[in-house]
Amino acid sequence: MVHFTPLSAAIGGGLIGLSSVLLMLLTGRIAGISGIFGGLLNPRSGEIGWRIAFIAGLILAPLIAGLMGHGMLPPRMPANWTVIVGAGLLVGFGTRLAGGCTSGHGICGMARFSARSIAATVIFMAVAIATVALTHHVFGG
Amino acid sequence: MPMIASLLCGLVFGAGLLISGMVQPTKVIGFLDIFGAWDPSLAVVMIAALAVSVPGFMLAKGRSWPLLAARNFWPTRDDIDRPLVVGSTLFGIGWGLVGLCPGPALESLATLSPDVLVFVAAMAAGMVLRDLWQRSRPATPREQALTSADG
Repeated sequence: MVHFTPLSAAIGGGLIGLSSVLLMLLTGRIAGISGIFGGLLNPRSGEIGWRIAFIAGLILAPLIAGLMGHGMLPPRMPANWTVIVGAGLLVGFGTRLAGGCTSGHGICGMARFSARSIAATVIFMAVAIATVALTHHVFGG
Repeated sequence: MPMIASLLCGLVFGAGLLISGMVQPTKVIGFLDIFGAWDPSLAVVMIAALAVSVPGFMLAKGRSWPLLAARNFWPTRDDIDRPLVVGSTLFGIGWGLVGLCPGPALESLATLSPDVLVFVAAMAAGMVLRDLWQRSRPATPREQALTSADG
């Protein structure tokens, strides 16, 4: 447990929960990122503005943090281009097929005690853990 | 007003991902790697998020409509069907391969990292492919009855 950061994880998690509650109380929407983004790729009128605004806020957050001297480092993905493209395709296709990702199912759905979302979360967590076990320990990625 | 509310919610969500460290794929992989130097931080993020969202959603459920919209747009489905299981499995493989899920991926666009630009383009392509595939096959009566989307 060398990298465990419980305090920042708790504060950050609390903010993520707060965001999903505020979006629901104010606009009646579910803060599911795959759903919000996916809805932009197949746009319906009246369903575009709030989605762009939410994603703009998401992208602005690290830029504002940067102005305050807490810039975000570019993410490190220890993978080659083929793996990055393959993983992106799987994440996009999979989250749309399942109707949600870590936010929509994992936080909003679980918070509503939805059996569907609990099942989705258990499955994608277990599969991701198995994938990391295989790539990092069995095949030595 | 709903646009400003959405923007603020996106900002708060982004701040949460940033502070928790979940924008860093290595941090996420550290949680998923239970046979390595396991980092339980992601579990704390989930627990803290649920500690806020469970009572918050209970409050929202008690209200008949949201403050800035005419109605709620909540998922009504609660069945566990094949697309849910297959989709979650495919997502789990992709997430495990690079440690990026949709929220952190979109937020990371701010860094203009070529890796992230390629990942988000592929993710968008995957979403479009699913929509095209969905439209190319006739809906089952069950699907016609259950048309509402999840989050």
